Amino acid sequence: MVQGHHPAPPRTSDAASTPAQTAPRPAAPQSGNGRLAPVPRPVTVAPQAVTGAQSIVRSLEEAGVDVVFGIPGGAILPTYDPLMHSERLRHILVRHEQGAGHAASGYAHATGRVGVCMATSGPGATNLVTPIADANMDSVPMVAITGQVGAAMIGTDAFQEADIVGITLPITKHNFLVTDPDEIPRTIAEAFHIASTGRPGPVLVDIAKSAMQAATTFSWPQDLRLPGYHPVTKPHAKQIREAARLLATSRRPVLYVGGGAIRSGAAAELRRLVDASGAPAVTTLMARGALPDSHPQNLGMPGMHGTVAAVAALQKADLIVALGARFDDRVTGKLASFAPHAAVVHADVDPAEIGKNRAVDVPIVGDLREVIADLLPELEREHAQHGRPDLEGWWRQIDDWRETFPLGYDEPDDGHLAPQHVIQRIGEISGPESIFVSGVGQHQMWAAQFIRYERPNSWLNSGGLGTMGYSVPAAMGAKVGQPDRTVWAIDGDGCFQMTNQELATCTINDIPIKVAVVNNSSLGMVRQWQTLFYESRYSNTDLHTGHGTVRVPDFVKLADAYGCVGLRCETKADVDATIKRAMEIDDRPVVVDFTVSRDAMVWPMVAAGVSNDEIQYARGISPAWDREE
Amino acid sequence: MSRHTLSVLVENKPGVLTRVAGLFARRSFNIHSLAVGPTEHPEISRITVVVDVEELPLEQVTKQLNKLIHVLKIVELEQSASVQRELLLVKVRADLAQRSHVLEVVELFRARVVDVVPDAVTIEATGSPDKLAALLAALDPFGVREIVQSGTVAIGRGSRSITDRALERVTRTA
Repeated sequence: MVQGHHPAPPRTSDAASTPAQTAPRPAAPQSGNGRLAPVPRPVTVAPQAVTGAQSIVRSLEEAGVDVVFGIPGGAILPTYDPLMHSERLRHILVRHEQGAGHAASGYAHATGRVGVCMATSGPGATNLVTPIADANMDSVPMVAITGQVGAAMIGTDAFQEADIVGITLPITKHNFLVTDPDEIPRTIAEAFHIASTGRPGPVLVDIAKSAMQAATTFSWPQDLRLPGYHPVTKPHAKQIREAARLLATSRRPVLYVGGGAIRSGAAAELRRLVDASGAPAVTTLMARGALPDSHPQNLGMPGMHGTVAAVAALQKADLIVALGARFDDRVTGKLASFAPHAAVVHADVDPAEIGKNRAVDVPIVGDLREVIADLLPELEREHAQHGRPDLEGWWRQIDDWRETFPLGYDEPDDGHLAPQHVIQRIGEISGPESIFVSGVGQHQMWAAQFIRYERPNSWLNSGGLGTMGYSVPAAMGAKVGQPDRTVWAIDGDGCFQMTNQELATCTINDIPIKVAVVNNSSLGMVRQWQTLFYESRYSNTDLHTGHGTVRVPDFVKLADAYGCVGLRCETKADVDATIKRAMEIDDRPVVVDFTVSRDAMVWPMVAAGVSNDEIQYARGISPAWDREE
Repeated sequence: MSRHTLSVLVENKPGVLTRVAGLFARRSFNIHSLAVGPTEHPEISRITVVVDVEELPLEQVTKQLNKLIHVLKIVELEQSASVQRELLLVKVRADLAQRSHVLEVVELFRARVVDVVPDAVTIEATGSPDKLAALLAALDPFGVREIVQSGTVAIGRGSRSITDRALERVTRTA
């Protein structure tokens, strides 16, 4: 196989599950020790004379990094020289910086560790803007290292100069410009600390080329100087007691579980809370897998394309316990009419989320693992004192919704494949130990609906920013982080064409992801809105990639050109066999072109800006709420 | 809408004002006035922001500000429990005939003349925004040629210092 000059180590040695073989990870602080990250082992490095570039590489090594996704260029070149010889950092050369950013994000999402990407100044850095904004919206721990022009040239409109610190100011958790080489180790240590603690997020470190070329000293560990950064992780006991009292006494409670449950590694605690409370739980798009879908109290996803049971339960609740969720507009629908009768307990590690969109009765600031761990004994105490609440009537109503309005779909009239069937079968055949990474659009919603998630970090998608093109690079990053798991990119034909150049990276670097292109030959979600809200005037949504079209590009040929195996599936009878064939191939990436019906739509649906009471189970069919009340 | 004065203690780092101002802009909060300066500790700067905002959005802006890594502490200074001052420099038309009338106004408002030329005087005044507005109104008939005004700076009444605890943090981690 063709290799770059930094060959991939054998697959078994970079498995995150074999900490003995990986580099020690001293300074990447992992506050939630339930995350997948291995426990850091502190090492001390006495001061040594190095260049700034070497200092960057050494800092990344000591920060516990094992993989960097990036592309070299003028301003970052000095750093790429020592990087070539690093035995602890595997650099994966991507084909576009956006791919590096999403790969770092996918790696972080799948492993719980900080993902790292690297780019040069100017266009290299600006190409990272989308994945950085994406990571910021979805609270993904990520560190981006960018080269900057020499310190003396900053501000002169030098070649490939862009003020990336200014540009990423509103889309990072924090960012740094380093011009003094002596500040490199401490800044990188601070970047990892900020990215991985509290509410995780992306941190950008922009380093002037002159600092990389200068002589400096490297030592480790570093004393962090962050006097203004004190994330609160320990919840307030009084608020916990109040939350327990409400949860023990309400008659129609709902646990509204958000992505924070995944980020804090709170799945085990959450499971205990669900069992102890007996309350129904809804898992948002970012929280799919936080509670197993097989758990009888999991009502599935709430929101715009949520299950009727999940949406209705929130609407009719008398208590919502929000756990690491942020009352996003895609969940609440029209905010003024969201859950009108519910008292709200809101637990989040970010105090600014509490009360931002919805007024809160019991605010709890803290890491979700600690919040739930503290909540459990208080809840038991309440139960012991006052008995368990009678939720039978509530469950009867919820079960009625579940039976009347289960998730489902109709076979398309045009005889083509139902995309939902394809996605569901991928989930069933590949199984819950796999990782599923979607792009954005219809296929994303179907993948959230029709794949059953049984464990956290098995579902990756771009929830907040809605970044088309997320899937392939993020799947690549996830596969690098979890090489022993099957990683499926569930992609659309629109999304796939935005970032599929990373298939080259996958092939060259031995990252055998599987890509299912759910090909409806159009920008499907936009088309669905055109069908519903623009009288079927399909303005600029036809992509000509499906059956009966010119097929530009032909995804099978494209896969072949990138050294992947390309498969095509056009009939229901072939679906299972094609998926199984893809499952058998593990020596290179596989791309399956599933040509599906373009008229399939995502249901249920709450149209944008309307009340969740107006949820449509299918086109024109809304639940008659009065009947159930 | 009500007016609120926030004292924001920040680390004295490059770009910190941009971060604070950018946050206000991004979250659609209107800054009425803004003043930045050093404090008794060289590593801490103090930003005084006056915003027109309701109670609930104010809480949100405070929380968002607190998320900025360089922000050490935010205190809202109530009108009644603080001293709030602005600085005004104003150039007024004043020939020989008018000068004594202008100086009378200066005297009345306990302002100072900092520059005199045959046809104009430049006046320096400090005070509450209300007092300075009154001074400007009194000078208006003479012909105001140029005004420059600082943002409000404010300090709490009494012996307590809001920098104390923020200072502890800075020295502890330095």
